[in-house]
Amino acid sequence: MALRIAIGSNQEKFMDQSSDAGRTAANYLYYRHTLPVRVMHWINVIALTILLMSGLNIFSAHPALYWGKSSYTGRPPILEIESATDASDKVTGITRIFGHEFITTGVLGASNGPNGNLVGRAFPSWLTIPDGRWLAMARQWHLFFAWIFVINGLCYVAYSIVSRHLARDLAPTGTELRSIRESVVDHLHFRHHSGEASKRYNVLQKLTYLIVIFVLLPLVILMGLAMSPGFDTLWPGWVDIFGGRQSARTIHFIVAWLLVAFVLIHVFEVLITGLWNNLRSMITGRYRVEAEVSK
Amino acid sequence: MNSHAFHPRRRLFFRTLAAAGAVLVAGCDKLSRTEWFPKLLSNTEILTRKAQRAILPRKSMAQEFPESERSPEFRSNGTAMPENPQYKALASSGFAAYGLEVGGLVEKPVIFSLEELRALPSRTQITRHDCVEGWSAIGKWKGVPLMAVLEAVRPSAAARYVVFHCADPMESDGSSPYYESIDMDDAYHPQTILAYELNDKALPIANGAPIRLRVERQLGYKHAKYVMRIELVDSFEKIAGGKGGYWEDQGYEWYAGI
Ligand code: HEM
Repeated sequence: MALRIAIGSNQEKFMDQSSDAGRTAANYLYYRHTLPVRVMHWINVIALTILLMSGLNIFSAHPALYWGKSSYTGRPPILEIESATDASDKVTGITRIFGHEFITTGVLGASNGPNGNLVGRAFPSWLTIPDGRWLAMARQWHLFFAWIFVINGLCYVAYSIVSRHLARDLAPTGTELRSIRESVVDHLHFRHHSGEASKRYNVLQKLTYLIVIFVLLPLVILMGLAMSPGFDTLWPGWVDIFGGRQSARTIHFIVAWLLVAFVLIHVFEVLITGLWNNLRSMITGRYRVEAEVSK
Repeated sequence: MNSHAFHPRRRLFFRTLAAAGAVLVAGCDKLSRTEWFPKLLSNTEILTRKAQRAILPRKSMAQEFPESERSPEFRSNGTAMPENPQYKALASSGFAAYGLEVGGLVEKPVIFSLEELRALPSRTQITRHDCVEGWSAIGKWKGVPLMAVLEAVRPSAAARYVVFHCADPMESDGSSPYYESIDMDDAYHPQTILAYELNDKALPIANGAPIRLRVERQLGYKHAKYVMRIELVDSFEKIAGGKGGYWEDQGYEWYAGI
């Protein structure tokens, strides 16, 4: 166990009281991620990638989002992606957010189709599964991988509780919570733990994972279920807690993009803290602990 | 640290990873066009139906809304005017000659006129219509519960599905009439009605006059418009594409509860 005596920079020093003592002088491999966590993490990556891409195809069948119980409330959509074709057959992509209009040709509303010419569609074909407009098939992909994602997620949560992975590795300690400020400063300076401290997730990392695992992912599932006319009958009117079915669809879409934002930051952190070392730890389980950086 | 990233074995690893990613994305489109993969994916529908049926009470009710939440105009989707001469002839005389034939696996086949349907008990409900495309509209429907119609014809014990044959051809040459089917659980559900009124007026042609089905626990395409004939069957495999509905034959789920 490492006792922290100086916090806040890569000049941290540790008084090591465990049998690991002395090892901090040299690099060594540490068993960081158990097999179930590694397997479930990569299943989750594949499932969420397919869910996002097939979801964008489904969205393209009616590329507008509303707030309320129906799409015809008298209020204009929150977001609307359209394509317009002028007299000379020129296609323009238009995105309207809260009534503000943007020309988004090339990306939203109009983009290059599978054979290279500009076609009207909400999201570009390279971002959707299948590549072309095909609602029935996109739904098949989406609902199949939704089941995989949910079952995998439930197994992960159950495993994390039973194996104490949640309590040991993900739950921040009181001391850590009090050091959030330092951790934020560290992150802003791209300073990372080395040595013994790098064996554990830092407090921001823990909190982010907890928010993803216990807030964003359950919310995206719940909002998916809220769109189901069958599931809505479980307790008639429960979707109104979230503003109604069309609001649920909007939240589903927003949370999906919040998850994309998380993944971008997540992969960025993986990159800058040693891509190969991180990836190896999530594939073989072994993480190389670098010798203490002390000055 | 990053100097290690250019180790040849690692370079190979990342190249393999990038290639795998590209294959995955291109592969998804190829897979969608195979015979076996969509079949594998479609197993989900069985799982979803079983899960929903297990979780939901058998007669779970769809939400009903107050008058104030009705959409100002109920959107017409799909066919707005069936390109069918017989239908147009019926419509031009205000559906006076319309008769809803209810037969198949029943003890007593009946042809109901519109007056006869109106004379049966009615149910009025303000419900939300959820289209598979993603939009919703709220409308007020009045019609005869399908249950009342079924009680009049007395389905035989072998009947497992109710099939709705419609007047609207889905091909421009006048072929592929729309059709749909539901099981007995939905057929006897109190909110499953044969609607003849929308928003306090006779059902407009754009919304399925003279009769359209409402099955409130499923998506919009199950709510067949222009219903001309109802048939009780033990299997829909021999009807049209064999999947139980026009959109089902195009790859959409028969169980449209999600
Ligand atoms: C290409 C995409 C991704 C890569 C390369 C990646 C990589 C990694 C790596 C290397 C770790 C271990 C971090 C460490 O040991 O400090 C990790 C952990 C984690 N990742 Fe990802 N990840 C990806 C996508 C995702 C996605 C899509 C999610 C979920 C939305 C996710 C959620 C998590 C969570 C919750 C953990 C902590 C796991 C635990 O300890 O139980 N990751 N990821």
